[in-house]
Amino acid sequence: MYKIVKKRVLNEAICLMDVEAKRCAAHCKPGQFVIVRTDEGAERIPLTICDYDAEKGIVTIVFQVVGAGTLRMFRMEEGEYLHDFTGPLGKPSELTDESTESLKSKKILFVAGGLGTAPVYPQVKYLHELGVDADVIVGAKTKDILIMEDEMKAVAGNLYITTDDGSYGRSGMVTKVISDLYDEGKKYDLCVAIGPMIMMKFVCKLTKELGLPTIVSMNPIMVDGTGMCGACRLIVGDEVKFACVDGPEFDGFLVDFDQAMKRQNLYKTEEGRKYLLEQEKETHHGGCGQCD
Amino acid sequence: MTTDVNTRVPVREQDAEVRAHNFEEVCYGYNEEEAVCESTRCLTCKNAQCVKGCPVAIDIPAFIEQVKNENFEEAYQIISRSSSLPAVCGRVCPQETQCEGKCIRGIKGDPVSIGKLERFVADWAREHGIRPEGPSGKNGKKVAVIGSGPAGLTCAGDLARLGYDVTIFEALHEPGGVLVYGIPEFRLPKEDVVLKEIDNVKGLGVKIETNVVIGKTVSIDELIDDEGFDAVFIGSGAGLPKFMNIPGEQAGGVFSANEYLTRSNLMKAFKEESDTPIYRGRKVAVVGGGNVAMDAARTALRLGAEVHIVYRRSEEELPARVEEVHHAKEEGIIFDLLTNPVEILADESGWVSGMKCIRMELGEPDASGRRRPVEIPGSEFTMEVDAVIMSLGTSPNPLISSTTEGLEVNKWKCIVADEENGATSKEGVYAGGDAVTGAATVILAMGAGKAAAKGIDEYLRAK
Ligand SMILES: Cc1cc2nc3c(=O)[nH]c(=O)nc-3n(C[C@H](O)[C@H](O)[C@H](O)COP(=O)(O)OP(=O)(O)OC[C@H]3O[C@@H](n4cnc5c(N)ncnc54)[C@H](O)[C@@H]3O)c2cc1C
Ligand SMILES: Cc1cc2nc3c(=O)[nH]c(=O)nc-3n(C[C@H](O)[C@H](O)[C@H](O)COP(=O)(O)OP(=O)(O)OC[C@H]3O[C@@H](n4cnc5c(N)ncnc54)[C@H](O)[C@@H]3O)c2cc1C
Ligand code: SF4
Ligand code: SF4
Ligand code: FES
Repeated sequence: MYKIVKKRVLNEAICLMDVEAKRCAAHCKPGQFVIVRTDEGAERIPLTICDYDAEKGIVTIVFQVVGAGTLRMFRMEEGEYLHDFTGPLGKPSELTDESTESLKSKKILFVAGGLGTAPVYPQVKYLHELGVDADVIVGAKTKDILIMEDEMKAVAGNLYITTDDGSYGRSGMVTKVISDLYDEGKKYDLCVAIGPMIMMKFVCKLTKELGLPTIVSMNPIMVDGTGMCGACRLIVGDEVKFACVDGPEFDGFLVDFDQAMKRQNLYKTEEGRKYLLEQEKETHHGGCGQCD
Repeated sequence: MTTDVNTRVPVREQDAEVRAHNFEEVCYGYNEEEAVCESTRCLTCKNAQCVKGCPVAIDIPAFIEQVKNENFEEAYQIISRSSSLPAVCGRVCPQETQCEGKCIRGIKGDPVSIGKLERFVADWAREHGIRPEGPSGKNGKKVAVIGSGPAGLTCAGDLARLGYDVTIFEALHEPGGVLVYGIPEFRLPKEDVVLKEIDNVKGLGVKIETNVVIGKTVSIDELIDDEGFDAVFIGSGAGLPKFMNIPGEQAGGVFSANEYLTRSNLMKAFKEESDTPIYRGRKVAVVGGGNVAMDAARTALRLGAEVHIVYRRSEEELPARVEEVHHAKEEGIIFDLLTNPVEILADESGWVSGMKCIRMELGEPDASGRRRPVEIPGSEFTMEVDAVIMSLGTSPNPLISSTTEGLEVNKWKCIVADEENGATSKEGVYAGGDAVTGAATVILAMGAGKAAAKGIDEYLRAK
């Protein structure tokens, strides 16, 4: 059992939790994820590690309510216990393998879409602690669903915020900001893009034209997260990869996004059905982008 | 009850037509009267051949003797000395090629139903609250066991009996390995059988820590250096599924048997109240012919589909247990033999709509001694299906081998370990079960766990 030591509701559908998980906290690195089960009989929910404190034995997760499992977790309070919390899973970000000198010699750009801000944060923080200041673009549909702005500000070099509807920061999609920065004469050596698949796809399309190598973090449907079921398989450079053990981060230029999006959406009907059934009488929160 | 000495006492089963629609156990097993009657067929051989066929060498004539005497508790204690999971093995061992395959009664007639008798004794003991005998004392040494499948549970149980302080680390949220996530409820009830046998192992003092992925959550070196474990046993199984690498395999509705079975068994998707969904197809093709394929097929059938087993060789070569093939046929699974998929077709939304197959014929024997299937040119045809389950075998997961320095693996990524005592290339680290052999059987995994427990005991005594 894993205690929820802090809960912070970031907006109507997104929530941050600090969870006591000593073994995981002692070993995790940016880029990895955990699998959570709220209670006996519940689904296994993969969530990216958003922060961690090895000394206190605490791992931070940020999640969005999109279905039955995440809704149940949203309703849990500080002091309550998650039934299962497995991790860290997946490979750490490649940045964690590089020497500080090599990192310092690079200009790195992070691109976070919506909830992707949360998984981008530990990577930017990791670099910041090594004395490397990376630029960060954060995009959200609208001002109200922007998360973790202050935290990000504290660790990022230049922080560029943009909203699709122009309600805050710059206006337009993250891809527009990348183009604008390049037009302003900026240049980067590496881009890390994390967000909805559709965003990552278009970021890669652009960065390929710009000759800017790009890493993406994939979040396909998973069951076990240990390489046992193959549900998370993706095509990366004509090879089949399991996101939970070979990833979740991959070279964005090699990922077959169209195939990946198709696979993710296919389960929507099947998995989403349960949720909609449960939700019929309640007010639908909207804004998560998961339901059509 | 009287029988001809050459014929075994028949076992009662759930009617095929009824069980095709539920997840309750297919085979009811013997009652007391039937068990005693069957036991009288055993000749209590001095140099019993059956024991040589059992990978954990259960003293079969001795326990059957006690069944004859109606002293079931003693029968249970005899079995328990060699096996920690008798209720499981009695149900899933391929007895026809093991203990029963060697039984002297088999020369003239039916071999003694050793498996069914073992199951009866184990079930009787459970129903009467009898537990295996515990350890006599503690020796203060700590052993870590990785994986809670049959190999890990057996190794842990044996070491605990010898007085070791044993902790099992399991990656999933529930212990049991393939016994809980792979083999379906209708063949191996989880609550009543598997969990109870795991409880027995816990009763010996074994601790089980779930949600720990060795190699990720903590490494083997850390267990030894930082957590004070004196030895480690790796029983992490062979869980990595294979795919065919044919076009269309990424389509929606294409699952590995592991995914399908895990959703159904571990996540209980077959129950209405489960959160984890499973796709209940209308017409499902299961590709492959082993035990796993039969389990996936019979699960899909119970979830309401018309199910076809697609296998590239003929019936004779089916690697599944005879009993499973027989049950599958009785339940209405259709066997499309000498047939091989070449492409999976999808509709415009990306969901499976069909599978293009080619007919095969048997040619010359290959390296395995089985006749090699060869394609018949021009025989392609399309099966209309809305789900495909790939059951082509599994290989060991590289998670542990890739994170443990000095641990030798072979070209199939199987851990190299001594057959006699489980020792690996790394001092103090032992291994056994599917992680070493590749996908095999429950009882072989148990045999390996047992051998390693002995090896670890010898190593730590000498240290
Ligand atoms: C490696 C990885 C990291 C992730 N990190 C985060 C994170 O940090 N924060 C966060 O909020 N979410 C994250 N996700 C997505 C998250 O796991 C899903 O939103 C969650 O499993 C949905 O569970 P549910 O029971 O609430 O919804 P369900 O009832 O299972 O499904 C409801 C809807 O969610 C969609 N969905 C289901 N599973 C996934 C999935 N794995 N990815 C995307 N959509 C899914 C379905 O298509 C469906 O429409 C991550 C996923 C992966 C694989
Ligand atoms: C569907 C199916 C049906 C079968 N039917 C039969 C049958 O009828 N008869 C028969 O004899 N055999 C059958 N088998 C084969 C048999 O189940 C296996 O050979 C046996 O379970 C192997 O035991 P094991 O202990 O080596 O591994 P497993 O049972 O695979 O257990 C390994 C355990 O280790 C855990 N693990 C893996 N990696 C790690 C890690 N890094 N850290 C921590 N834990 C880890 C896994 O989660 C798992 O729980 C079947 C197999 C399947 C899949
Ligand atoms: S464990 Fe398996 S092989 Fe051994 S006696 Fe029992 S059924 Fe036979
Ligand atoms: S070989 Fe057959 S008859 Fe002989 S002891 Fe074993 S089970 Fe009994
Ligand atoms: S989630 Fe099962 S293999 Fe990746």
